[in-house]
Amino acid sequence: MATPAIRMFRKIEGLFCVYKPAGVHWKLVRGSIETSLLKGLNATPSQPLPTEVRFLALPVSEAEAPKGLTLSAAFMPVLSKHPLVTGPEFQSIKVGVGHRLDASSSGVLVLAVGNGSKTLNNLYNTRVTRDYTLEGEFGTATDDFSHTGRIVERSTYGHITKDKLERVLAMLQGANQKALLLYSNVDMRSQEAYEMAVRGLLGPDGKSLPILTGLRCINFVPPNFTLEVQCINETQNYLRKVVHEIGLELRSTALCRGVRRTRDGLFTLQDALTRDHWAASDVIQAIGKKRSSKKKSKTQTKDSPLQPSEESTTVNQMKPVKEQQ
Amino acid sequence: MASSCTQLCLQGRNLLRSKAVARTWQYNTQVRHCITRGSSKILNDCSINNGNHTTSQTRQRWKQQMFCYSDLATKHLATEALENKNVEETSTANVVAYKSPLLPIRDAVSVPNMPLDLDAAAEVSALELISEEEAVSITFPSDFPPASISLKDYVDKSETLSKLVQLGVDLWKLEQRPNVGSMLLKLDFNTDVAPRLLFLKDIGVDESRFGHIITQNPFVLTDNLENLHSRVNFLKSQKFSSEIVASMVSRAPYILNFTVKRLDNRMGFYQQILKLSASNTRHILARLPRLLCGSLEPVKENLKVCEMELGFKENEIQHIVITVPKVLTANKKKLTQIFDFVHNTMKVPHDLIAKFPQVLNCRLMRIRERHQFLEYLGKAQYNPDLPNYISLERLVIMPNHVFCTELALAKSADFSLFQKTL
Repeated sequence: MATPAIRMFRKIEGLFCVYKPAGVHWKLVRGSIETSLLKGLNATPSQPLPTEVRFLALPVSEAEAPKGLTLSAAFMPVLSKHPLVTGPEFQSIKVGVGHRLDASSSGVLVLAVGNGSKTLNNLYNTRVTRDYTLEGEFGTATDDFSHTGRIVERSTYGHITKDKLERVLAMLQGANQKALLLYSNVDMRSQEAYEMAVRGLLGPDGKSLPILTGLRCINFVPPNFTLEVQCINETQNYLRKVVHEIGLELRSTALCRGVRRTRDGLFTLQDALTRDHWAASDVIQAIGKKRSSKKKSKTQTKDSPLQPSEESTTVNQMKPVKEQQ
Repeated sequence: MASSCTQLCLQGRNLLRSKAVARTWQYNTQVRHCITRGSSKILNDCSINNGNHTTSQTRQRWKQQMFCYSDLATKHLATEALENKNVEETSTANVVAYKSPLLPIRDAVSVPNMPLDLDAAAEVSALELISEEEAVSITFPSDFPPASISLKDYVDKSETLSKLVQLGVDLWKLEQRPNVGSMLLKLDFNTDVAPRLLFLKDIGVDESRFGHIITQNPFVLTDNLENLHSRVNFLKSQKFSSEIVASMVSRAPYILNFTVKRLDNRMGFYQQILKLSASNTRHILARLPRLLCGSLEPVKENLKVCEMELGFKENEIQHIVITVPKVLTANKKKLTQIFDFVHNTMKVPHDLIAKFPQVLNCRLMRIRERHQFLEYLGKAQYNPDLPNYISLERLVIMPNHVFCTELALAKSADFSLFQKTL
């Protein structure tokens, strides 16, 4: 029979995302989520103690014969099942973490509870892209490409215009597009490759070098600039390095002030739970929302014809991939 | 699967014929019962799996059950064996006979050694009638398990443990500590536990705290009552009022295990190192009694950090400690990080931090988020001489929604959106 705690755990099982603040290791985030979930689970009312029939010896007075052993049957609660003796019902839950974020970067971090970890694997097998915003600053270079590192070089940045920056970004994106075709393990001259390219399914299977599928400058106020990046198989340090290389390409230097992930697969900033909303009830709500939206999208796809709409494929290459899983 | 079952039956029957030990038959039937139950379960799954797979599964399951069962049987028989030598012989025979379907080779070796002459037993047969007096005088071994990894097995049988559970003691926490479980088991409720509970009640501790105190410090139950009395009397002689002593004991239960000399030393230490008056020291200790129980080295380190690294003056440190004694036990890395942010980023001078030391007791992340939000709104103004002054205390102690409505004059939804841009 399912206890209230187990019933609650079934509601928690699934995928959700939190907003990881900068300066905190992802393991700490996972740990605090786990403790808050455990707290919620173990706060549920416990089962009433089972009772057993016990034969209690009545106090025998001295006057009676010693052999007159008097017993009386009584219902007694089985104390060995008491929550103070057995401990809380859930001592630990496994919380899986999606694509990692290193300590100094912030943003959407996908977490999975219970059987959600399987879904998490399936999610990442479908080659999802992630969105980042990178804060850059021209004029200095550091040894670890971030603003906390040791400064190794200073340079001028007066000659950089938005036009020049965008030219470099376009070049970088082109090079990455080529790499995407290179890693996709399909003969480029085949019909299959054409069909996959039309549907936007070309891409590396599993591990590959980091590939930027989209690069855009959304803010340019020298010396500061902000980039928006879509990428596969990246690490945050790689993105910092990209900023550094953009600086070098512009005949200057640049460092990365912040890496912030705004989307991981289907999970966007709007779904992300901030620090005050890490309690079990909020997580249940977030997972329930995700489930209901998934059901809705499923019924929609059933109604619509099976062919993917032409517009969405041409606008965003990776969208169909997201819809498929 | 069915074939394996029949095989087993045949083996069992063969054994029966060869040895004619009646009990074996019982065990075998029981085992067979188990197996049939297990196999019927698998039959249900059969529609999914193919035949070969299921037979191997049943075999595995059957083996597991057999092993479990044989273990049980040996234990059971071993206890019986103490009483009757005759039974011992048969029982060992039983065990071997029982194991034999699994290990036919070993069986073949062990059979010749078995004395099977059951009629040669000297004592009375188990089937013979005995009188009522004899029946009463038969002692059977108590069901107290001789060894266990958990207190679970003893709770229902031991009066002390069941009373402790009713008091609200977390036994699952206590059993994880070395030697505490056996110590609790050896206690007698009426002679050991009850007087100490009465003592706690006498000094004014609330009954609902008993469970917490014993969970924290189970050694209260083994300490000498006179010692406990003398320690509480010492605390009272140091002009702690009886309510304060009660609250100190319930919040830091290890106070009761410290000798009078040690308690005196520690109180002297705090008075000396902070250069405080006696009443102020009492105030600090009453607010944070765990200072008396904890190690003194981190306290010294924290004071040095405050003095040398953070650059507070002596009277400022005194003020900080009197308002927030927790600074003494805080993590020194955390202290420096918070001070670094408040002093160097928020540009708050030393005297203001010393005036509102609650800042040092707060999460760095919280201060940073709130400061950045206020800065974004253009309201980060921490100088008391200028208008729109925001005191550090108000910045830190409010919960998020109050902070939003009262200080930032914004919606909490906006604040959480802002948090997502950091």
